[in-house]
Amino acid sequence: MLSTLQPPRSLSLLPLRRLRNSKTIVSAASSTTSVISPPQSQILTTRRSLLSGETTAVEIAKSYLSRIRLTEPQLKCFLHVSENVLKDAQEIDQRIAKGEELGPLAGVLIGVKDNICTQGMPSTAASRILEHYRPPFDATAVKKIKELGGIVVGKTNMDEFGMGSTTEASAFQVTANPWDLSRVPGGSSGGSAAAVAARQCMVSLGSDTGGSVRQPASFCGVVGFKPTYGRVSRFGLMAYASSLDVIGCFGSTVADAGMLLHAISGYDRFDSTSSKQDVPEFQSQFLSMDHFESKPLNGVKVGIIRETLEDGVDSGVRSATQEAASHLEALGCVLTEVSLPSFSLGLPAYYVIASSESSSNLSRYDGVRYGNQVMAEELNKLYECSRGEGFGGEVKMRILMGTYALSAGYYDAYYKRAQQVRTLIRKDFKAALEQNDILISPAAPSAAYKIGEKKDDPLAMYAGDIMTVNVNLAGLPAMVLPCGLVEGGPSGLPVGLQMIGAAFDEEKLLKVGHIFEQTLKGSSFVPPSLANVP
Amino acid sequence: MSTTLFRTFQPNQFSLLGTSLLRRRRSNNFSVRSCGSQTTTTHEAKQSSPTRVAPKNHKSNKLDEILRDYEAVIGIETHVQLSTLTKAFCSCSNNYGSYPNTSICPVCMGLPGALPVLNSKVVEFGVRLGLALNCDLSLKSKFDRKQYFYPDLPKGYQISQFDIPIASGGYVDLDIPLEFGGGHRRFGITRVHMEEDAGKLLHSDTGDYSQVDLNRAGVPLLEIVSEPDMRSGIEAAEYACEMQRIARYLGVSNGNMQEGSLRCDVNISIRPIGQAEFGTKVEIKNLNAFSAISRAIDFEISRQALLYNQGKADQIVTETRLWEEGAQKTVTMRKKEGLADYRYFPEPDLPEVILTKEYVDSIRASLPELPEAKRRRYEAMGLGMQDVLFLANDVSVAEYFDAVIGKGAEVKLAANWIMSDIAAYLKNEKLSINDIKLTPHELAELIAAIKDGTISGKIGKEILFELLAKGGTVKGMIKAKDLVQITDPVEIEKMVIQVVSENPKQLEQYRSGKTKLQGYFAGQIMKMSKGKANPGLLNKILLEKLNAKD
Repeated sequence: MLSTLQPPRSLSLLPLRRLRNSKTIVSAASSTTSVISPPQSQILTTRRSLLSGETTAVEIAKSYLSRIRLTEPQLKCFLHVSENVLKDAQEIDQRIAKGEELGPLAGVLIGVKDNICTQGMPSTAASRILEHYRPPFDATAVKKIKELGGIVVGKTNMDEFGMGSTTEASAFQVTANPWDLSRVPGGSSGGSAAAVAARQCMVSLGSDTGGSVRQPASFCGVVGFKPTYGRVSRFGLMAYASSLDVIGCFGSTVADAGMLLHAISGYDRFDSTSSKQDVPEFQSQFLSMDHFESKPLNGVKVGIIRETLEDGVDSGVRSATQEAASHLEALGCVLTEVSLPSFSLGLPAYYVIASSESSSNLSRYDGVRYGNQVMAEELNKLYECSRGEGFGGEVKMRILMGTYALSAGYYDAYYKRAQQVRTLIRKDFKAALEQNDILISPAAPSAAYKIGEKKDDPLAMYAGDIMTVNVNLAGLPAMVLPCGLVEGGPSGLPVGLQMIGAAFDEEKLLKVGHIFEQTLKGSSFVPPSLANVP
Repeated sequence: MSTTLFRTFQPNQFSLLGTSLLRRRRSNNFSVRSCGSQTTTTHEAKQSSPTRVAPKNHKSNKLDEILRDYEAVIGIETHVQLSTLTKAFCSCSNNYGSYPNTSICPVCMGLPGALPVLNSKVVEFGVRLGLALNCDLSLKSKFDRKQYFYPDLPKGYQISQFDIPIASGGYVDLDIPLEFGGGHRRFGITRVHMEEDAGKLLHSDTGDYSQVDLNRAGVPLLEIVSEPDMRSGIEAAEYACEMQRIARYLGVSNGNMQEGSLRCDVNISIRPIGQAEFGTKVEIKNLNAFSAISRAIDFEISRQALLYNQGKADQIVTETRLWEEGAQKTVTMRKKEGLADYRYFPEPDLPEVILTKEYVDSIRASLPELPEAKRRRYEAMGLGMQDVLFLANDVSVAEYFDAVIGKGAEVKLAANWIMSDIAAYLKNEKLSINDIKLTPHELAELIAAIKDGTISGKIGKEILFELLAKGGTVKGMIKAKDLVQITDPVEIEKMVIQVVSENPKQLEQYRSGKTKLQGYFAGQIMKMSKGKANPGLLNKILLEKLNAKD
């Protein structure tokens, strides 16, 4: 299976090659164990090359912008590309020239999901109702990124308001999977995942309400991190389901996703649901491979969730997950099978809660104060037309479901019951995580499927969220990282492994993930699809 | 004796109360004076002007007969706008009367991505009011979303409290003014909950368009829901009045009805006396004066009773009616088709509100003396109910009065000075008691100076106005103006002898039976003493001299 993997042909033409070859802190020149060297942190590489004067922020930015120009017509990851990238990069170079201190994200090119507010830059959540809307403020996560020197490359495509698993529900465009342009990148943060996979940006922000960071990370072969609910401020994230939404991170390595996560984590007085828990220094977890012991994860207890490997999961995904488990064992982990009895209840509960909250959260899009207003003779007509024309089909369906679930007489049977299920799920996870350091499962029941394949079968699409929604209901941190390839597309399709940790124990996930990634032999998760690029 | 003297020199003492009583009776106008503010004198004139007579008074005795067979059941929802510096969920300033849309931010505009953060003052005020209304507090309460579409509601939902309000199960005690029959009442309080206000719509004159002003959006409110315990317009108005008074005593709101800081919606139904189940409930809105509450209810009772009486009870439907101040009647605003479904659910953007026992205790300890406690205390001091209600009505007046008696002034005298001359002065000058220069200490000094005979009551009244306007001390003024009362009988006798001897003609008339001339002599002597002669002593000596057989 792995033999189908082609070396990335087109990418060799692009400046990326030079960055990848430069010396790095992480696992530098340690490719003795494999033909393909372990993936290297783009954030650390950038920092090194900027500090050494090997290159400039402007040069790096130009190389990424040219890659965007070349690949974007096929991929359509971005809804908007910033006009200020080079100007921002110049400022970084000026700081370097003056010998000023550089933020940890200096010169790092970051894609931001379109439902995260960026001041003065279009932020539409891929919805017609917010077409051309430019927020007057930055989301807290974006503000932090900018303060640390990060450069926002642009706004990435998504399913409208985060509702979807394929990014086909964008009001504006369909994003292609860089591994196979005929396939979906997953969703709803499909643009953010695909952009990182295609190296259009180094890292990106997504949002995860029921798997919207993790599932596209799996489909696109990148690392996706969904932090604990409350770890990252939601201020400036356009709410889909407030009790489930979190801002998450994409990177081509665990270290990149972890460092971006560190940058945006922490209490925010503008979000009362953000946590005051200390944010540990994740970076110390990203040791280079030279420092690994023979069994670097010795004694780490890993529970593999039995219910995630049962019927309905593709055999390729199942075997990739089992191989990943064996790899963890080889690293010293103690593997056991755990059962979460409430597992199958999560999906319906999730769709009731998420739809209910979204029906309320999307009430503000009424065409009165901002966004698209359709002029009408009287008030109700104004609401009807503005919302009728502004929202897409999937959004309308979820608003209707949620409105129904919250209606008098149905509340107890749906919303309240779903909350009871949520309590059960939390309890089951808690018990399993008392016995284990982390839990593992596939990130999705299959690899990326064809564009249009599930478009008219919402239930089939919803079923694809079964691996991820429970984690949101429990509010736990989880990371997806590529663990193997299955057949499909020109050169195989990536499959992600999901690692779930205890609340606020992101550190452990990053540690295990990083060691797993650096020691995984024989795989390089760089998509070949850029072959179409001349 | 001093009391008597005091009164003789103050012929207008009760004129203020007297006229207002008449006015209230004539118009069936609820007592604005006893409830309305001392501070907002500008509104008083409007409210106490003669009003059109409510239909109840129009109709014949037949209506009264009909009304006798029915009982009204009235409950009130009161919205109290809190006087916090900032709004409930953002840091915008909470200013009434700012230029439209100048006190707004992404949060209160409901921009995408904005989140609410609770202002802790709102909780504090909620606890204060809950305790003041003798409620049980929920140590763990939460916010919920109440959902409906309207252009003044930026988020499409109002953040409110649904099934777990911060306070519930309380009561309020109040006294009905004597002119309305008097008596003590206790009305149940169902609940007090925290919520945010909506913005305002400004409709164009042509009706072509409306504009939205979001300055008020997100301003904190406490909604107080009463039990359906009231039975008349007067009771309802007195209840509303007590809510205003308590809010002002607690300092949680200015309680100003004209600005909408205190808004009352009335629910009313009537039923034949003896019937246990309630009749069909009608809601009345747009009640922005206490008098309007009273009159709207009386109108509504008559309207419903007549419909009952004419066998048209089915025409009483669940609806919202609007009080029209001009026409003095209620009109249908909207008929409700069943219960509106607000699809309440817990607000996921805000954590639960957890109150610790220590927190509640600390607030309980910081509560001021409340109106009911004050009234009972004043009553126990021996003041009549009229005085009690007057003094306890306005928290500033009550505090002033308490300060005066705290300085040792006699209770009844202090009450009289405040209720008569000072009240009249405040009214004329359109001032609040907080604006006057006379300190409670000096008023106590003034009262003491009269009581111990240092100065006469007449002199006291004269210098009062100077003290009110300019301040200064009583002692200083007495000294500077040489106002000490003449209480030396020898000195007074000298003046008496002089005046009597200078008026032989009048003396003759007096002795031939025109004894009313005593007043003339007294006036002349008082004039000679520059008002300083002790009137009692003066009269005593004068009588002796006049009646003495030479």
